[in-house]
Amino acid sequence: MITQRNWTKITRTENIPPREGRSVKVGSLEIAVFNINGRFLTIENACPHKGGPLCDGMVTGTAVVCPLHGRHFDLETGIPVRASEPSCLAVFPTCVEDGVILVDLDAGHRAFESDAA
Amino acid sequence: MAGVACVEQILKRNPEFDITIFGDETHVNYNRIMLSLVLAGEKSADEIVLNDADWYRSNKIRARLGVKIAGIDRHARIVTDEQGESTPYDRLILATGSKAFIPPIPGVDKDNVHVFRTLDDTHALMAKARKGLKTVVIGGGLLGLEAARGLQVRGCDVTVIHLADSLMERQLDATGGDYLRRRIEGLGIRVMLPRQTAAIMGNGHVDGLRFATGEELKADLVVIAAGIKPNADLGRIAGIEVNRGIVVNDFMETSDPQIFAVGECTEHRGQTFGLVAPLFDQARVLAATITDNRGPVFSAAAPATRLKIMGIDIFSAGATDDKAEGVETVRYEDPALGAYKKLLIKDNRLIGMILVGDVEDEQTYLDWMRSGTDLAPLRRQLLFPPAASDQGLEVADMPDSETICGCNGVRKGDIIHSIHAHGITTMAELKEKTRASTSCGTCAGLCQKLLRAVAPDFQEETKTSLCACVPFSYERLREIVKGQKLKSVEEVLAIYGNRKGCEVCKPALSYMLDMLWCGDHDEDRSARFINDRVHANIQKDGTFSVVPRMRGGVTSPDELRRIADVADKYQIPMVKVTGSQRLDLLGVKKADLPAVWRDLGMPSGQAYAKGVRMVKTCVGTEFCRFGVQDSTNTGIELEARLENLFTPHKFKMGVVGCPRNCAEATVKDLGLIGQDGSWQIVVGGAAGKSVRKADLLVTVETRQEAIEASELFFQYYRENGNYLERSYDFVERLGIEKIRKDTVYAPDEEKRKLLERLHRSKALSHDAWLEGDRPVNPTQFVPIEAIEKAREPQLV
Repeated sequence: MITQRNWTKITRTENIPPREGRSVKVGSLEIAVFNINGRFLTIENACPHKGGPLCDGMVTGTAVVCPLHGRHFDLETGIPVRASEPSCLAVFPTCVEDGVILVDLDAGHRAFESDAA
Repeated sequence: MAGVACVEQILKRNPEFDITIFGDETHVNYNRIMLSLVLAGEKSADEIVLNDADWYRSNKIRARLGVKIAGIDRHARIVTDEQGESTPYDRLILATGSKAFIPPIPGVDKDNVHVFRTLDDTHALMAKARKGLKTVVIGGGLLGLEAARGLQVRGCDVTVIHLADSLMERQLDATGGDYLRRRIEGLGIRVMLPRQTAAIMGNGHVDGLRFATGEELKADLVVIAAGIKPNADLGRIAGIEVNRGIVVNDFMETSDPQIFAVGECTEHRGQTFGLVAPLFDQARVLAATITDNRGPVFSAAAPATRLKIMGIDIFSAGATDDKAEGVETVRYEDPALGAYKKLLIKDNRLIGMILVGDVEDEQTYLDWMRSGTDLAPLRRQLLFPPAASDQGLEVADMPDSETICGCNGVRKGDIIHSIHAHGITTMAELKEKTRASTSCGTCAGLCQKLLRAVAPDFQEETKTSLCACVPFSYERLREIVKGQKLKSVEEVLAIYGNRKGCEVCKPALSYMLDMLWCGDHDEDRSARFINDRVHANIQKDGTFSVVPRMRGGVTSPDELRRIADVADKYQIPMVKVTGSQRLDLLGVKKADLPAVWRDLGMPSGQAYAKGVRMVKTCVGTEFCRFGVQDSTNTGIELEARLENLFTPHKFKMGVVGCPRNCAEATVKDLGLIGQDGSWQIVVGGAAGKSVRKADLLVTVETRQEAIEASELFFQYYRENGNYLERSYDFVERLGIEKIRKDTVYAPDEEKRKLLERLHRSKALSHDAWLEGDRPVNPTQFVPIEAIEKAREPQLV
């Protein structure tokens, strides 16, 4: 099966420094795009715990640490690194073309829905 | 090393000898086994000197360095050097050591083919090493691996090739060698096994290797570490008995009664030597023989080996042959942990061990092996022995004459004498005064036990490792960062860590680099918490709080008006007086930060940082009718001198003008308490999560002295505090007496250096809010707008 991607141009790669993230408002949602040493990954920005801005979190390997209460999420899957956190984040397919970061906003995906939701 | 160690022993027994030492190296003698640490940048050449020029002078020893002996006339008892000068002797010691064994490979004479044996070799390698240099180390033994790591740390792209099927095959078995290989590869060093080098290629300069299989490998630099062979030439020149080495008997006598030999140049009962411990035994035996105390005999025991590569724990001791008659083996391995243990047991006694990746119990095992402990009752606990409950007991049982440190020949009695004579309380002091445990480190456990048993004020060394990403203690990491001149967090993590780091170690390393390089390092904002990236304190809704600096808690109508205007203009939801005599504007959006700062026209109060917060003051002599010191202006001066600097944890100060202590100086990290005609400087106070009354550091007369004492403590805490360790924990950990000794009561030279480093950091520091106008990257504060208008995102 070939997945048809619906890319949206987000920003130039140099706007996101290595190992940092930036939030971008798209419709009613904020996404956070991260630069993992040249690889770009996108998640929804709000931490499922208390809504912390994940774009401001510290990056460790391919995970981000929420700046408010230290929840860890894997940026590739959106899955919480510790089992104590019950929810996961939506991740969006991301690629780079001609120095511009593209995100498929129609293909956000959560690995699982939390019981609470 | 063995030669001078022997001379040291001779001097202890009989200082009346008239001694001349010839050496063809131009350096005074140094600890050869530490050369790999010099190559890796962990130690400087000076630090591995064993006996400096002063030692030679004070012991009236003539040192003839860089002088090669050309002839020995043993009938006339005269040695002749290369210049033709003759020196008569009564007794002659040959301690010519060994040289690198260079295998007969065509091309070993090409440029950039080195050996690694002496300090000069080390310096030559250090001069050649550079980033990306294709380097091949021939030899996967102890020295080869240490050389490989040293060169890799210097940026070289290193491959180790080894003749045998596994690394360090003389000390490890195949499984142990395999665990070691994985560890070495994990550090980013390639390992190729087994490979026989057929030729070193290149036109003048080396450009590659060809193996016996025909396979080729590119190389710009080749280091041969294929073993050593005794330097026995002088023995041959003298005409005494020489096989592979200079033949000695159990008393270290050669075939000529007036000539003796010691160290790696010797051959004893058919055996030659490469590891350090037996050489020191030889030195002691020879010292007895030569001073007419002939009696002690040398017997080569199975030596212990430790690989000196940080992050790789390898220990092997005793027998390795598990096929021998009556030998049982007990093994444990955990591939995920990279841990492998193998114990060789015969007749219920431990006769050998191999430990890879988990050397925690090495001391227990060594004790078992040395004391011949009957293991029958311990069979169920062999692999995870219980911690000895009778700590120190076996040390107590040892006779004073028993050697504790085999490398440096330090006996139990020497250590006990030193502990009492010098008032030693820590391992560091013990090492410095006795040299015990400064070479291979195998005896560290025993020394520790002895200290615990003998020193009344023994201080356990706290070795909290930073975190699993960089598994070293703070002390060690500070040494590494300094020694290896690492200037970025990424570099430290790449070489000594797991390449990822985490939210614990990254800010800690950021702090360490800033402090050690006095601000002259490669700052990596991604390694810092968001507060330190945008210079404001993140709040529960993702907005920030802004606290401008208000030195000494003193403001002006003009500043207050600006603060009010800013609060109106940016619709700041709350303005609050803080506990630190300052004003906090809460609920500021990240994007508004630069404009808010600009409009305030005040510097950052660092209320978000692990750094200098504020100096809280009372009104002192300026207005207060009880004030006896000018606390306000002293506080303002102190704040101006220290602001913008980072500390291990937040750092709050207070200055009060009289002992009524209205600004609560006694519960601050640093407090100045004005008295009539003097100032008390108190440190380590707290009134937060903990409440602690500060300890008195010193009482001084003038404001200038008070500020200097404050700066001394401040910088001392910066340099020695562990990250996230508040001053009140720091003061308790070190004790106020030690802090006094190292700061206000330190020698003037030490004080000057502390202050110099502080002032250097201060000169390179700046008000973080200037970044509002000069951001470090275009989106530091500005939100990103999507280039294309985005539709509502969809989840699938």
